[in-house]
Amino acid sequence: MNLTRREFLQVLAAAGAAGFTLPGTRPARAARIPTDPYEVPPGGNISLLHFTDCHGQLLPLYFREPHVNLGVGGMRGRPPHLVGEHLLRHYGIDHPSLHAHAYTHLDYTRLAETYGRVGGFAHLATLVKRMREQRPGALLLDGGDTWGGGSATGLWTRGQDMVDAQLRLGVDVMTGHWEYTFGADRVQEVVENDYAGRIDFVAQNVTDADWGDRIFRPYVIREVNGVQVAVIGQSFPYTPIANPRHLIPQWSFGIRDGEMQETVRKARHEGAEVVVLLSHNGMDVDIELARRVDGIDAILGGHTHDAVPAPLPVKTPSGGTCLVTNGGSNGKFLGVLDLDFRDGAIRGYQYRLLPVFSELIDPDREMAAYIREMRQQQVTFEGETFPMEERLGEELAVSEDLLYRRGNFNGTFDQLICDALMEQVDAEIAFSPGFRWGTTVLPGMPITFEHVMDHTALTYPAVTRNEMSGRRIHQILEDVADNLFNKDPFYQQGGDMVRVGGLRYSIDPTREMGERITDLELNGKPLEPQRNYVVAGWASVQERPAGDTGRRIWDVVADYLRDHRNVAIRHLNQPRLKGVAGNPGLGEA
Amino acid sequence: MNSKRRVLLKGTLAAGTVGVAVGAGVLTPRNVLAEAREAFQEGSMDEILKSALGSDHHEAGHVRVEAPNIAENGAVVPVSVESDLDGVTEIAILAAANSTPLTSRYELGEGTRPKISTRIKMGETSDVVAVVKNGDGLYSGRKEVKVTVGGCGG
Repeated sequence: MNLTRREFLQVLAAAGAAGFTLPGTRPARAARIPTDPYEVPPGGNISLLHFTDCHGQLLPLYFREPHVNLGVGGMRGRPPHLVGEHLLRHYGIDHPSLHAHAYTHLDYTRLAETYGRVGGFAHLATLVKRMREQRPGALLLDGGDTWGGGSATGLWTRGQDMVDAQLRLGVDVMTGHWEYTFGADRVQEVVENDYAGRIDFVAQNVTDADWGDRIFRPYVIREVNGVQVAVIGQSFPYTPIANPRHLIPQWSFGIRDGEMQETVRKARHEGAEVVVLLSHNGMDVDIELARRVDGIDAILGGHTHDAVPAPLPVKTPSGGTCLVTNGGSNGKFLGVLDLDFRDGAIRGYQYRLLPVFSELIDPDREMAAYIREMRQQQVTFEGETFPMEERLGEELAVSEDLLYRRGNFNGTFDQLICDALMEQVDAEIAFSPGFRWGTTVLPGMPITFEHVMDHTALTYPAVTRNEMSGRRIHQILEDVADNLFNKDPFYQQGGDMVRVGGLRYSIDPTREMGERITDLELNGKPLEPQRNYVVAGWASVQERPAGDTGRRIWDVVADYLRDHRNVAIRHLNQPRLKGVAGNPGLGEA
Repeated sequence: MNSKRRVLLKGTLAAGTVGVAVGAGVLTPRNVLAEAREAFQEGSMDEILKSALGSDHHEAGHVRVEAPNIAENGAVVPVSVESDLDGVTEIAILAAANSTPLTSRYELGEGTRPKISTRIKMGETSDVVAVVKNGDGLYSGRKEVKVTVGGCGG
């Protein structure tokens, strides 16, 4: 029951009349806006357009924002750890409204049916062009996670589908994370050939593991309307830990705040008048980095997929201000930062995180044609040749429930994956990684093979089946929880909690490592530390995963769906939460 | 570009550089000396320090330890130690949670700048402790390095 464009404009007009607001840098003075939410007059002479974490999603899609995104310690209740009504109240956004739907999970199914799909590169391209027309010289920055994971065509073409789309979109500068899971050689090949002279791939924190030489340029200086603007790159610091190290065996990462300060100094010395950081740190890490490093004017951030409507001004060591943003994910948003730079200093700024509503924007014809033709091609992957579009369109089953992933704990699509794992490989317990990508399927929609790939496509898809002791299972949960809830943001890896099937547990995110996870149970009985249990999983970071079943995760999930035809999530296995009552990062599902 | 040069460097110089450093008397890794063997054994931090540096009494300060927050590979964790003290004669690097905590120990020739970069092996999350010795006694610095199961990011 999607609306046509005409009906949609009527909906918008009604929303406008009802006091529909656009959040900005001065929420208290948020203006009533006309029916066109993309009418944003420039607010300065230097403009930076930013998208991040699109995860290879070239077509419009649904993406539900989380209802659980807990902040602990100093991060409690601070952006980005606000969900639902807490977020709307903080930024002064009315509900229901177009923007409330873009930034929160509230009334998700109903509003998704009203407002339609989001993102899509053809729609993003139109929006980018429009912003560029009003903002001559604007730079387009891509924060990475562009080739995948979670993209079938990205996986099958080794990212070539996205490389060609980036070049058409006119990306100026990018950094990376999941790009590295295609292997060091593939990244080098694209940087040295396709991107050469077009896209600057920058990363100050990727070095040779033995010699410490930088692999990529740490920054690039571009002139924007007569002003020298440095864009420094920061790749995901924990790539060799969160993803398989054997794919980039000779590269070392890390946050490297000391080197970051040196890099800023060097860029300033070279003549940069404005310095921005294109970061894949995750927002909590970016905020902490801004507190430790001087001379960065703004951090355009990604990785944690937080759709944060306004920048967070952070005080730097010498008392300056660094604006920290996070640009959401899946092509759902375009960040627009206008800086008013006069007489050697930034005098003001304006920021919008514009939601890309596909029903509201005409697709760019050239980009739409490229995407259509690319998808209609044959591809050869792992020795098999097939037409991509046809493979992706297979309807495997129908979902009775809303299927989504994003959130600190199991989403409904994760539950489906865990159920599939336990049934297909005969295991009592399933583990599924807490990735933050993966699109949303509305109730009643067919689940296609493409949806399955949206949640599983990566370069290390082996499904494993192992015996593990109860003690080991407990340790794994503690370990992952500490990557998510460590009170020192520099120890956070930016994923969500590992998803579990079968196993029940309680978690107190506010406690220390080793004390968060309690009450482990399987089938109503306490988990015995000494006993062995059969555990299914996927996406092992080991080069030769123990217990490899020889099956790939998308085959396991697709086979499960073909067997069932109708899918309902009877039990969403979320842990019992302790210590977080009243936390503004906790909402109702 | 760059990467080709790196490959070449690795092939031709890697073995050579280490040899030069030891040969020139800049560094003398004590683990080649038979009498130091007992320090590279299982034991508590204090016991190991006593046998390695002659005392377990050390004051925190004057020693900076650089290491990753989270190890990329527990088998080769890069660690750098630097001290602002004069007259440093010995440096020991320990991974507190390892069953054999002493990872390496260095004797410095006179006038050598007290700065060491090395790789250590770590079995689990632990403080990396560096202890330096000069005429006044022992000084130490530390940094926690996490060793995790990995996976499940972003």
